[in-house]
Amino acid sequence: MTAAVGRTTVPAPWHDDDTALAVTTTGLSKRFPGGQLAVDALDLAVPVGSVFGFLGPNGSGKTTTIRMLLGLVGPTDGHTTLLGAPMPSEAARVLPRVGALVEGPAFHPYLSGRDNLLRLDAGDRTVSARGAARRVANALDRVGLGAAASKRYRAYSLGMRQRLGLAAALLRPRDLLVLDEPTNGLDPQGTREVRTLVREVCAEGATVFLSSHLLSEVEQVCTHVGVMSHGRLVFQDSLKALRLASENRVRVDTPQTRDAVAVLRAQGTGEPAVLSGDVVADLAGVPPERLTEALVGAGVAVRQLVVERPGLEDLFVQLTGEGFDVDE
Amino acid sequence: MSTSDTSLLGALGHDTAPVDRPAGELRALARLTRSELRLVFRRRRNIALLAVLAAAPVLLGVAVKVSAPQNGEGPPFLAQVTQNGLFLALTSLVVALPLFLPLAVAVVAGEAVAGEAGSGTLRNLLVVPVGRPRVLLVKYAGIVAYAVVAALLVAVVGAVVGLLLFPSGEATLLSGQTVPLSDAMLRAFVVALYVAAMLAGVGAVGLFVSTLTEVPLGAAAATAVLTIVSEILDSIPQISAVHPYLFTHRWLAFGDLLRSPVSWHQMEVGLLTQVAYVAVFGSLAWARFTTRDVTS
Repeated sequence: MTAAVGRTTVPAPWHDDDTALAVTTTGLSKRFPGGQLAVDALDLAVPVGSVFGFLGPNGSGKTTTIRMLLGLVGPTDGHTTLLGAPMPSEAARVLPRVGALVEGPAFHPYLSGRDNLLRLDAGDRTVSARGAARRVANALDRVGLGAAASKRYRAYSLGMRQRLGLAAALLRPRDLLVLDEPTNGLDPQGTREVRTLVREVCAEGATVFLSSHLLSEVEQVCTHVGVMSHGRLVFQDSLKALRLASENRVRVDTPQTRDAVAVLRAQGTGEPAVLSGDVVADLAGVPPERLTEALVGAGVAVRQLVVERPGLEDLFVQLTGEGFDVDE
Repeated sequence: MSTSDTSLLGALGHDTAPVDRPAGELRALARLTRSELRLVFRRRRNIALLAVLAAAPVLLGVAVKVSAPQNGEGPPFLAQVTQNGLFLALTSLVVALPLFLPLAVAVVAGEAVAGEAGSGTLRNLLVVPVGRPRVLLVKYAGIVAYAVVAALLVAVVGAVVGLLLFPSGEATLLSGQTVPLSDAMLRAFVVALYVAAMLAGVGAVGLFVSTLTEVPLGAAAATAVLTIVSEILDSIPQISAVHPYLFTHRWLAFGDLLRSPVSWHQMEVGLLTQVAYVAVFGSLAWARFTTRDVTS
C-alpha cells in the first residue's frame, strides 16, 4: 500500500490549494458520554461539484460524522463548514440549501407521503406556502412516488420509504446533498435509479456527499472517496488516485509453482505467493512480457499468465482491515 | 436568501436563486404552527381522547336525570344541575379536571418531542432546518391548543346535554343572586378558559419530560404521575406550607366566578402559578433540548 494510506487521518491533497470546498471538517471528534470515541480528529475536504463517497464498515463513525455535519450532534472537538459557512452557528442560513437523508427514512406512519413532505416544507421558512403543493408533487415525481402520494407512510414498502426520504432531500433545489446509505433496502432497479438521480443532481451543479458501507454501490458515481475505519479517516482522495494506489498483479497458472516463484523473484517482482494453485505477485513495474519470456526460458510450463488489477472492494477491505464485520 | 451568499454562488458556478420567495418570519411560524395543529388534531389517538372527554358530561347528565342527587351529594354543582342544566358544564369540568383532562394533555405533551425523536422525524425537522427553540415553541402551541379544545369541549358538551335534559332559564349563583342565562353562559365559558390555563402548566411539565426521553408514552405517564402526586400532596393538611407552590393547588378556584361580585384573587394566584410553572419548565425544556445530541 502507498504511503498515503495508514491508520492516521489523511489530509486531502487539495486541502491547501484553491479548490472550493462544499464540506470541510478540521479535527472533528466526537466522544459519546459513555466514553466511546466515535469520530477521531476528522479532516474532511469535499470539493464543490464532486460526488464524494464516504465509505466505511457499519459502525465506523460515518453516521455520527454526518449528524455532526448537520448540527444534530455536537462535536466534542473540531470545526465544520458547509458551503463555506461554519456549522452549526450558520445552520439557519445554510441548511435550506442542503438536502439530507440521515440514517434511513423516518416519517409519521399515519400521514401520507404527501402530507409528510408538506409537514417538512412547512418548516422551511425560506419558502412561501404558495408553492408547497408544487414542490412536494415535483419531489414525489422525481423519485417515482407520484402514484403513491396519498398512501399512508405505514403502507409503504421499504423501498418506497427510502424514496420518500430522497424526495424530502430534493424538496427544493439544493447545493449540497448529504445522503446516508441512500440505497439501503432498494432493489437493483431502485439502486440504479438512485445513481441516475445522483448524476442528475450533480450535473445541475450540486455536490453530493454519499455514505455507504459498500464500495460497489458508489464506485460508479463517485469522483472522490473518503474511507473511514474505527472513527478515523484512513484514505481521502479522488477515485482515480485510489485506483492508482492499488498495484497491478500478475497471476501465473502453472503446474511448476516452485520454479515459477523462483523466476518471478529473480525478475524483481513483489514477493510471489501461491494462491489457490496459482503464483501471484505484485508487478512492481516489471513488464509482464519479460516475465513470460523468462518463465518460458526457464522451462516453466505456463498455462496462462494474467495481469490483474485488484478490485476496489479488495482495496477497501485492505484499508479498513475488514469486510462486513461491525467495528466496535 | 440573503445577499451575503453571493460569493458562494459564484464559487458554486450555478444559479441558486430560490424559486420561491421567503415568507416573513411570523408567517413562517404561523405556517409551521398550522402544520403542528394538523398533526395533533388529525391523530386518531388524540381524537379518541377527546371523544372520551366528551362522553363524560353525557354519562353524568344521564345519571343525574335517572337518579337526582340529594342536596350536598356528589361533586360540586351536581345538585344544581337539576335546577339549571348549564351547571352540568361546570360539574363535568370539576369531574374531568383532576384526572381525565390532565391525562389527555399529558399524552399530547409526552408525544411532542419524544414522539418525534422516537420515530426519527425529529432529525428531518431539524435539518429542514427548524431551529430547536422554534420546535419547542410550536410543540407547546400544539399542546396548549389541545388543552383549550379539550376544556371547551367538556364545557360545551356539558352545557348542551344539560340544557337538553334539564330546565334552562335564569341561573342561581353560589352567592344566591339570580342571573340571566346569557350571563351564566359567559361565566361558564370563562371557567372553561381558566381550566385550559390550568392545563398549560401540565403541558409545560410534559414538554420538559418529553425532551428527556425517546419514549412518548413514558413521558406521558411521568407527566400524569407528577400531576397526581401534586394533587395528593395538596390533599395532605400536614404539609400545607407546600400547597401554594403546587401547580394543582388552585385548579378548582374557578368556583369564585359563580359568585357576585366575582372574587378574582384566588384565580389570579392560580394563573400566576401556571405562568411560573410554564416559565420554569419551559426554560428547562429549552436548556435540555437546545444542547442535546439527536441520535435517533
